[in-house]
Amino acid sequence: MIKGEKFFHPDRLPTIWCPGCGNGIILHAAMETLEELNVAQSDTICISGIGCSSRSATYTKFDEVHTLHGRAIPFATAIKLCRPDKKVIIFTGDGDSSAIGGNHLIHAARRNIDITVIVFNNNIYGMTGGQVSPLTPSLKKGTTARFGNFETPFDMVKLVEGAGATYVARTGTFYYKKMKQYMKKAFTRKGFSLIEVLSQCPIYFGRLNKNPDPYDMMLAQKDILISKQKAEQLSKEEIGNRLIMGELVENNDQLSYLERREQLLKEVRGS
Amino acid sequence: MSIQKEILQGAQACVKGAMEAELGFFAGYPITPSTEIAEILSTELTKEGKIFIQMEDEIASITAVIGASLAGQKAMTATSGPGFSLMQEGLGYACIVEAPLVLVNVQRGGPSTGLPTKVAQGDIMQSRWGTHGDHPMIVLSPDSVQELYELTIRAFNLAEQYRNPVIILTEETISHMREKVLIDTSKKPHLIKRAKPELRTGETYLPYGKLVDDVPIIGNIGDGYGTSITGLVHMENGFQSANFEVADRLIRRLNRKIENKIQDIFEIEVINPDAETMFISYGVASRTIKSLIYSGHDEIGLIRVKTLFPIDPEQIRKYALKAKKVIVSELNLGQYYYEMQRILPEKKVHLIEKIGGELIAPKEMLRRIEELND
Repeated sequence: MIKGEKFFHPDRLPTIWCPGCGNGIILHAAMETLEELNVAQSDTICISGIGCSSRSATYTKFDEVHTLHGRAIPFATAIKLCRPDKKVIIFTGDGDSSAIGGNHLIHAARRNIDITVIVFNNNIYGMTGGQVSPLTPSLKKGTTARFGNFETPFDMVKLVEGAGATYVARTGTFYYKKMKQYMKKAFTRKGFSLIEVLSQCPIYFGRLNKNPDPYDMMLAQKDILISKQKAEQLSKEEIGNRLIMGELVENNDQLSYLERREQLLKEVRGS
Repeated sequence: MSIQKEILQGAQACVKGAMEAELGFFAGYPITPSTEIAEILSTELTKEGKIFIQMEDEIASITAVIGASLAGQKAMTATSGPGFSLMQEGLGYACIVEAPLVLVNVQRGGPSTGLPTKVAQGDIMQSRWGTHGDHPMIVLSPDSVQELYELTIRAFNLAEQYRNPVIILTEETISHMREKVLIDTSKKPHLIKRAKPELRTGETYLPYGKLVDDVPIIGNIGDGYGTSITGLVHMENGFQSANFEVADRLIRRLNRKIENKIQDIFEIEVINPDAETMFISYGVASRTIKSLIYSGHDEIGLIRVKTLFPIDPEQIRKYALKAKKVIVSELNLGQYYYEMQRILPEKKVHLIEKIGGELIAPKEMLRRIEELND
């Protein structure tokens, strides 16, 4: 058996994902990590929103809720509060988390609620056929931006850092080992953690932007994602659309939502 | 029997009912005129170690409530007007995944921001059909602070029994007014608890596979059964499907589980059943008619609808058909009136309505009865 395989429903495969899609790489990394952490099937709850990446939860054997577009976080917040002993993981996409779910995202970070959000960032709305998202880089094309995206994208890491997230990392599907390393940390810590994983959508983002080969798209991540040290040597113009990767926020001093709630309950109700 | 007498505000009575029903989770967002319910619950729930959370908006509130419900808690939210509009997305989701929940909508004047501090009954059709698709809905309408207390407990029982959202459609006036409430403290109210799956060895768990009266026995999220929940049309194993038969079977079952139990769910109160002039009314609007009857107007009767949806036409027809004149009275431009026309096709149904944030005074009602054309 392949590592992580025991957490999949074999009867639900194959996935709906297109050939060359990066979603399977990210989901598999998560499942492998959970197996390496010796997590029992009953210890984890997977929540997702709507979109290609959000189908991830439905292929797993965990208790899982495939929710509404953008709303995975409030569902997960409530479920974590009701089941504080369980690990709660969210699988979401760039549109799901940063557009329709943007408000929930920043508030979950502000609360420092004890959940892990894994953002599958393929720079585009895949399920609806290739529209630009708030994480589509400037000048890149989508079916709703045929002449190039003239809006400025969010920097997801800075967004949730500003909102109060206590662990934020960014990597890509090209960097499988790093991805698992960050997941391991996120899954075992308290508070709000988010991992943005740059992923490839060859069918829509790739074709619309003249790079439809999944292998080339993954290789391109070596140029798009740069380390903090490298970024420090480059000018703003040289950085351009490039994104900084690594563990970018790690704050272990802040109490998590559940820890603060426990404190409050002790004060109100006595120990 | 030991009866405890209290003067309570509507919102307080609603909270009391919810706590009696063992509410475990409340999520909400401040909005007039429902805010008091959240304010009181933030204290009451926290004192008991239960969960209160103020969310970032009403969409987050209803989805958090669904999450808590799926995780096994009795869960509730309260809102008004624009907040109720935002919650429609979540209500549809709760219907299709069959998550029990209670939503208290303290109605204010609309449309839009409208009249935040004034009474209205403009959300009747939205409560029934506000979310898209064919879905069942249970809607209760209390006419007093006492009944708001009682129907809150009933709402939780109905929600748990049928695994469906239940809307308590009250009004600014009932939620803000103070009235005498009688509570029997000698016994706990009868509470319905949802069943948990019991698997025989070797049996495959199907969250939507085991039905009792068309209601599935779904394992709580977190219990580790491997429960799959999705707002997509789904098969018995909870996984999505776009198959015609699967979709047809699911949507019909969702509606049937409520329709087949209409006689248990639908409740009315009838006063002067043989009166020549029979009113059909509900909630705060029905109090004007009651006040006329209690001041000696025996020519007037009242069918007071306590369950707005689902409607049992027979129970209303039984009293309405024998009356000479049938009048629907409500604080909107005729939302329930259309429903009554639908179920009484052989009868001319009149409407005495009022909008703008005021109740119909008894004297005004008498004048408007006179003015009706046959």
